[in-house]
Amino acid sequence: MQVDWTIYLTFLGAGVVLLLPRDSKTLIRWVALATGVGALLVALKNYFDYNAWVNAEVSAHGALRDGFQQIVNVVWIPALGVHYHLAVDGINFPLVVLNGFVCVTGILFSWNIENRVKEFFAFFLTLIASVYGVFLAMDLFLLFVFYELAIIPKYFIIAIWGSTRKEYGAMKLVMYSFVGSALVFIGILAMFFSAGGQTFDILELVKHPITRDVQIWVFPLIFVGFAVLAGMWPFHTWAPTGHVAAPTAASMLLAGVVMKLGAYGCLRGAMMLFPQGLEYWRWWIAWIAVIGIVYGAAVALVQKDFKFIIGYSSVSHMGFVLLGLATLNLIGMSGAILQMFSHGIVASLLFAVVGRMVYDRTHTRQLDELGGLARVIPFACVTFVIAGAASMGMPGFSGFVAEIQVLIGAFSMSPWLTVGAGVGILLTVAYILNAIHKVFFAEEEHVGGNATSSHGPGHEGEGDSRWNLPPISVPEIVAALILMTLLVIVGLCPSIMLNMIKANVEIFLRGAP
Amino acid sequence: MTPVSYFEVFKALSAEAVLAVTALAVLTLDLAWLRRADPPTRREKVGMAAIVGLLLSIIPLCQHFYHPRTVLLGGTLAVDDLIVFFKLVIIVLAVLTVLISMDYDLGRHVGEYFAVLLFGAIGMMLLISAEELLTIFVALELTSISLYILTAFHKGELRSQEAAVKYFMFGAMSSAFLLFGLSYIFGTTGATSLLGIREAVKASAGMAMSPLLATGLLFAIIGFGFKVAVVPFHLWAPDAYEGAPTPVTAYIATGAKVASFFILLKVLFVGFAGMEGSAFWGHFASGWVMLLAITGALSMVLGNCAAIVQHNVKRMLAYSSIAHAGYIFIGFVAASRMGATAVLFYLIVYALTNLGAFGVVAALSSRAGGDEMQNFHGMAKRAPFLSLLMLIFVLSLAGIPPLGGFFGKFYLFASAVQADAQHFGLLWLVILGIVMSAVSLYYYLILLKHIYVTDASDQGRIITPTYLNVTLGLVALAVIALGVYPKPILELLNGLIAAL
Repeated sequence: MQVDWTIYLTFLGAGVVLLLPRDSKTLIRWVALATGVGALLVALKNYFDYNAWVNAEVSAHGALRDGFQQIVNVVWIPALGVHYHLAVDGINFPLVVLNGFVCVTGILFSWNIENRVKEFFAFFLTLIASVYGVFLAMDLFLLFVFYELAIIPKYFIIAIWGSTRKEYGAMKLVMYSFVGSALVFIGILAMFFSAGGQTFDILELVKHPITRDVQIWVFPLIFVGFAVLAGMWPFHTWAPTGHVAAPTAASMLLAGVVMKLGAYGCLRGAMMLFPQGLEYWRWWIAWIAVIGIVYGAAVALVQKDFKFIIGYSSVSHMGFVLLGLATLNLIGMSGAILQMFSHGIVASLLFAVVGRMVYDRTHTRQLDELGGLARVIPFACVTFVIAGAASMGMPGFSGFVAEIQVLIGAFSMSPWLTVGAGVGILLTVAYILNAIHKVFFAEEEHVGGNATSSHGPGHEGEGDSRWNLPPISVPEIVAALILMTLLVIVGLCPSIMLNMIKANVEIFLRGAP
Repeated sequence: MTPVSYFEVFKALSAEAVLAVTALAVLTLDLAWLRRADPPTRREKVGMAAIVGLLLSIIPLCQHFYHPRTVLLGGTLAVDDLIVFFKLVIIVLAVLTVLISMDYDLGRHVGEYFAVLLFGAIGMMLLISAEELLTIFVALELTSISLYILTAFHKGELRSQEAAVKYFMFGAMSSAFLLFGLSYIFGTTGATSLLGIREAVKASAGMAMSPLLATGLLFAIIGFGFKVAVVPFHLWAPDAYEGAPTPVTAYIATGAKVASFFILLKVLFVGFAGMEGSAFWGHFASGWVMLLAITGALSMVLGNCAAIVQHNVKRMLAYSSIAHAGYIFIGFVAASRMGATAVLFYLIVYALTNLGAFGVVAALSSRAGGDEMQNFHGMAKRAPFLSLLMLIFVLSLAGIPPLGGFFGKFYLFASAVQADAQHFGLLWLVILGIVMSAVSLYYYLILLKHIYVTDASDQGRIITPTYLNVTLGLVALAVIALGVYPKPILELLNGLIAAL
């Protein structure tokens, strides 16, 4: 099975879920899980095949000549030169695999949803399938179709199953994405006709020369349009509210995958097609990215809501992706793409701890009200510490490999960029440690400060049992273990991903100015 | 004058003749045999008879396919493949309207209702084949008068009466404008057939535009502007849409719109081919393109913004259809073959989508106690299937892929950019359109929020007849198919327009 089956399988799964009776909740969950696992296995099998092929090519020729493996390419709408063109290379393959993992673990973390299960998984799988589509599409029109298709399920997932100001958060997210895609739409139309109006195929369009003037004004349209979804400052404000309002699986997916859709769109839709526009704007992008890194981290530091911390941390980490992409050198861009994968896993894990393990049990996310959870749900604590460490960029986890490369790449562009991003990393350490402390350990302090007046001394003895929480369930443990294993594997052996990324970035850079 | 061959005329209009006979038969059937039956049975039987008649009328239509273009009565009426195709579209829309009406409370005058509906269909079909100003006017009146009557069919309800009176007043005024404009056009060009006008316009090319002709064109466009409900001639639409029985609203919003847009396209693209002017940014020149660009832009802005604050579903859809008329005008403004194709494609998608949406509203509102937004709370649980269909229709209106509305809109906007691909002269209109579709997503999602997110106080299941579910399901499938695989229809239309 080719990797395009990830799309079809997942859409099929959504259809099957829709046909099941609404009361057989367990069956629906298992069908969804089977779909997710099936798609993931398809993706993984092809991933390793492709990886082996890249390694063989590189060792034979020293470098890749053409990194693309075509999957399907048929004419779809001849009047506009639209092709149904799917292909993989080393840039989208890690993201396809990431989507597969987030899908499976997201379903596992949603095992406890009882309200309108059928609709939840139908929307969820539709979203996942469209995301697969965006990553695999090599035709700009097709990419746009999948990209817009992904917007709608998000609204319903957040508005129906979310929490805190869910309808507001959902609408804000959708309006931001749709305005972003409106910019992309304008950009695509302008580009299509300036490139001769013959084709939407990205690999064909690359060959069509577009005048520098057009590149300079169309590039920012498409780039910013996609970057809205990547959480680029100052268009990031949908991200924290959206993430906080979303149910666990959706915030995992939003932060883990959907933000990568934006970054991926920037790379494929804007950077590949407009080298001169990129050249013109890259310093702007780099500095805006650094502002995003520092700003996101600084705001995360002062949040009182546990989930908002993670929400802003996503904005900060996506800054690294944009910064790495703007460096336009091998190490920086490879780091950016690896960071997309790494942050996808880290963010999923963090949101799973916050939303599923902590919030679903304690029904509060306020740092001041939480505390001492380490003794009650130690597994959540361990998971969060590991994910937090990876988020800080601790060696041994994938985040380190990715961010250090981005920093090195940025250094060769301008040392000041690295300094700015470094400040962001310091702040990250601060807010992660702060969150760990307040949520999982700060028992004495918390109870002392808050409770001496209200509860009196008798409270000291029952410090452990202030929380009477259900234990961590099996699906949660399985899902968390999967994600943590990935963090460590990619951290210790980055070459399974980095080889193919590097080989393909090299090809990209050969075409760039 | 050549002698008129009445046989040829009859042959060309045999479909309309079948419909006229059906209308009378339907009236007789109801009057003679079904007076004593209860209204639901009457609706079902009379409706079935109307559908049989409509389907029968397809047979004589099909004989015209792949025939060379025939022009009758000195250029008054024409029959070619494009015209036959759009007559088919009208018949399909009429059949769907009848199906929706069969489930809707129409009071005692069932036979009259279906007969008038069929007369309306005849008017629309004549309008599509008309190529001469007076015939256009007569056909337009036949359509409009049928619709005025249908709008008033909620006999006990005040808002239906108000809507009908308002619709009639505005309609009558627009007819006056139209007739006035047509008289000036005839006065300056000396011709009433579109081809004759075209010759006259061509002949005066290079000379300064005659002020009388320009006035005539302006008034004619105002008249048509009322019929297709674009800003600033839209004021009747929200009230008429809200007050009319919902199946009639569907009919006004789809069948009548398709026919009016079609004839407007023909008048402007064929008759006034030399008077486009220009709406390119920085190069505005007077002509119908500029008029349409301005009214289109106003419609998109006002229609979408006004829709946001509506609490009544039908009224919201009315404002949304004003906005859609604005999008369609973008294709007119492109004034190219691609623009015409885009307009016709969008008309088909728009008509099917809106008919489906109003169909769902008709089926649900009569059972949920009203067509206000709050009547639709929790519909996803009460009527899951129809809610899913509504999701599809509304998202298609919003232009979400892979539905027909998305591709239609994409093609419209693409045609406008293509009209001046060198300097992006129409990009301003396209940007406005795209921004306004982003606005429109907001109110469409609010409607879907009421259906899907908000919980209902009344949890009772809503059961709708199977034939209705199947019909609307098929419409939804068509909407999806037009988006996923637009190629056949697009190529068909493109080919047919070439013959124009």
